[in-house]
Amino acid sequence: MIYNLNIIFPEIFLSLSIFSVLMIGVFIKKSFNLIFNLTSLIIIITIMIISSSPNDTEKVFSESFTRDAFSNYFKILILLSSLFVLNSSKNFIVENKLDKFEYPIIILLSILGMFFMVSANDLILFYLGLELQSLSLYILASIDRDNLRSTESGIKYFVLSALSSGLLLYGCSLLYGFTGSTNFDLIASQLNKENTGAVFAMVFILVGLAFKVSAVPFHMWTPDVYEGAPTSITSYFAVVPKTAGLALLIKFMFIPFSNILLEWQTIIIFISIASMILGAVAAMIQKNFKRLLAYSSIGHIGYALAGVATGTISGYKSTIVYITIYVIMNIGAFSCLYLLKKDGQYKENISDLSGISKKHPLLAISLLIILFSLAGIPPLGGFFAKFYVFVAVIEKEMYALAIIGLLTTVLSAFYYLKIIKTIYFDDSLIAFESTKNRTAQISILASCSILITFFLYPSILNNLVDTLFIG
Amino acid sequence: MSFPILSTLIFLPLISSIFILLSKDKTNNNSSIYISLFGSFATFLLSLFLWYSLDVNTSEFQFVEEKSWINDFIKFKLGVDGISILFLVLTTFITPICIISCINSIRVRVKEFLIAILILETFMIGVFCSLDLVIFYLFFEAGLIPMFLIIGVWGGPKRVYSAFKFFLFTLLGSVLMLVAIIAIYWITGTTDITQIYEIKIPKEYQNILWLAFLSSFAVKMPMWPVHTWLPDAHVEAPTAGSVILAAILLKMAGYGFLRFSIPMFPIASEYFTPLIYTLSIIAIIYTSLVALMQDDMKKLIAYSSVAHMGYVTLGIFTLTKQGIEGSIYQMISHGLISAALFLCVGVVYDRLHSRMISTYGGLVNYIPKYSLLFLIFALAALGLPGTSGFLGEFLVLTGTFQKSYLAAMLATFGVVLGAAYMLWLTKRVIFGVANNSEIKNLKDVNKSEIGMLATLAFLIIFFGFYPLPLMETFNVSVNSLIYNYETALTSN
Repeated sequence: MIYNLNIIFPEIFLSLSIFSVLMIGVFIKKSFNLIFNLTSLIIIITIMIISSSPNDTEKVFSESFTRDAFSNYFKILILLSSLFVLNSSKNFIVENKLDKFEYPIIILLSILGMFFMVSANDLILFYLGLELQSLSLYILASIDRDNLRSTESGIKYFVLSALSSGLLLYGCSLLYGFTGSTNFDLIASQLNKENTGAVFAMVFILVGLAFKVSAVPFHMWTPDVYEGAPTSITSYFAVVPKTAGLALLIKFMFIPFSNILLEWQTIIIFISIASMILGAVAAMIQKNFKRLLAYSSIGHIGYALAGVATGTISGYKSTIVYITIYVIMNIGAFSCLYLLKKDGQYKENISDLSGISKKHPLLAISLLIILFSLAGIPPLGGFFAKFYVFVAVIEKEMYALAIIGLLTTVLSAFYYLKIIKTIYFDDSLIAFESTKNRTAQISILASCSILITFFLYPSILNNLVDTLFIG
Repeated sequence: MSFPILSTLIFLPLISSIFILLSKDKTNNNSSIYISLFGSFATFLLSLFLWYSLDVNTSEFQFVEEKSWINDFIKFKLGVDGISILFLVLTTFITPICIISCINSIRVRVKEFLIAILILETFMIGVFCSLDLVIFYLFFEAGLIPMFLIIGVWGGPKRVYSAFKFFLFTLLGSVLMLVAIIAIYWITGTTDITQIYEIKIPKEYQNILWLAFLSSFAVKMPMWPVHTWLPDAHVEAPTAGSVILAAILLKMAGYGFLRFSIPMFPIASEYFTPLIYTLSIIAIIYTSLVALMQDDMKKLIAYSSVAHMGYVTLGIFTLTKQGIEGSIYQMISHGLISAALFLCVGVVYDRLHSRMISTYGGLVNYIPKYSLLFLIFALAALGLPGTSGFLGEFLVLTGTFQKSYLAAMLATFGVVLGAAYMLWLTKRVIFGVANNSEIKNLKDVNKSEIGMLATLAFLIIFFGFYPLPLMETFNVSVNSLIYNYETALTSN
């Protein structure tokens, strides 16, 4: 049998580059800068390869690997966000002595894992991709190995994540047992309500996926890992794996589980509401900015899941738009953290932000835009993200979900306002060093300008996403 | 397609705020002030031109602009009619006054303040121009951001509490409206209000949607019992913030009732009339009594605003020609009078840094020009014939008498209470003896202050004697509003 290798060319290219870069790292001493730049280059080339590849649906390797518009969209999103996250955090990495050559290589490996996750059309391939990603993330979480908090967060993440992987694997094996196949399309044709065992398996898989996107009640690891891991890693955690996890969730709901919609819908609605409420309430009392962003990301996943909960294509689309805008906002928010430097230390407490509007007006206004956008106040980008989700939710007449969701936006507005209050209303306590962190500033600028100008052409993402579900 | 005059109007303040951002003046803020004055005056003149060229003999929306926005879903649709044009002109008129007032009162971060005011103006104009529910919501909510900052950054000692209360109250009210807007989209297939007027929302949905809209407008209005954010916000906001809040932001809700609630949900509007009557009467009497007990001038005026807005809601939901016309008139006149009163408080606050009534007394002996102006505004606020305040209240009460004697009598009682707190305030502040040595050294109003206050006084008296320019503008639109409402009821 001859396979059309063009279809997995991005993956082949990525793996080969990873091995070559690894060789460079092994044989050349002090090669962090070289490898870092090469990594950025590899990411850019991969983006180019994927954007030039056609968007029609193709399946290879016994239909276990799909290349379609959906996977291409997510791959580009993953690559672009990794590029921004990685580059804006470079100064941070060097100054905190995390500049080991493995750092960018492991990031690339996790990207490769995510590629297989979003392209998988088979339980085995999906699981392998997920594990490749997870293993890379365990190492990344504890990369600052002499730091107690970083190590602790790595261990916590590893133990809990391994547990969830176990549940996921258990679900997969049950699913195989009850449907007789590992292929998504075949599972879809085998599944129905009467197949109780498979419904049981669905619950396990859902738990595993909910863990990966840190949805309540499987969110416990998030605040600790976000706080403990170095900021550069946290920003990666908050943005990239979330995207891939959500893509996988949508894919599971769209293909294998499409026939048991009523069974999983209730679960997703519960998870979504719980995430929205917990994200909003728990964030109120946080003093650490990273921890707050962790809870805010839990809340945001709740809104994204509200789109999935509709079980309609327009709902999935709204979730994809949501996660895209979420990525843009979070890249901006984390990049701001790289500018809060004082005496060689990066500050991460909210109280450290007090009064920065006087000494750093540009940073303050950027944070203002990003935070109001996270709160979903029009006319900023974050409003449209929520708007599209709730349009899809109300289309299915799920009024309770919509009303609870919108009420929690008021609750969550409270803690975003608290940060803005610290920035603008309080008196200035400390002045930060005016760091020449160009890449972080570019990320902030890009993020803010997208969020501000989004209302001029708010259907730009919808037009992109509209093509994803034709196949 | 003709020149997009409404878009220009909306984005003119925004563009001038960008110029302020780019202007470089380190020591003083003259160039920022000139740019903002120029920008806001240009906007004002443009809106006057719009008013002048508006055809008042039709209730159709004019200067309509339509642009596809969110593909085949929501259009960016703007347009004005006889009702909205007046609010538009009020907005563009009040903004330059605020900018002039801040020359005296704002000392820190002047540049940022002007930018916030101008961005707020953009959003306020947008509210009164939008002919699409989503666009309306967008502008309606977006105004929260600059107002939050105006209260929080330049406000008084309890500014944080007030800013949070303002923001969260309003947001909480509005999210239900967003649900209703999206629901309307799925019921009618459009969010374009001219189309919704024709499609007619089915009866079974009207009540619940009407309540969702009420939740937003009641907070913004503010109606009893969700009015508590207003006194706090007014007291803590800087003068310019209070002026904008009282003169324009509160009018958005009244405008919202006229533009959305009544035409879109006529059956529900009729059904809930008793509720509105009750809430309005409570607002008029209760907040008037509360106003009597205040020892803070700004708080007193804030409570009087709630009472005046009670007349507005009462008038709108009489659904008679006199009632609605009176409400619109009352809103415009309250926009002028409350702005003037807050400016007056601002003038003495800038000098003595106290808003307490007890600080003042006997002002007439030392600053006579100021005292005269204050007296005019106080009399206008209590609805003295010959001021614009009288006409609005009179028409509202005329309208109410046609529908409910009880409501009208209770509301008339509120007029007496209004006279009581206003006159007592004047007595304690302007007349009597000065019990504070600093009052003797007070400087009378300077040129820019007398300019603003005299303009307002002139307009208040002018519209008190000659209401025709305003009445003519909204007459046809109000007629068609009532006509459509009555046909909707009879066809039901």
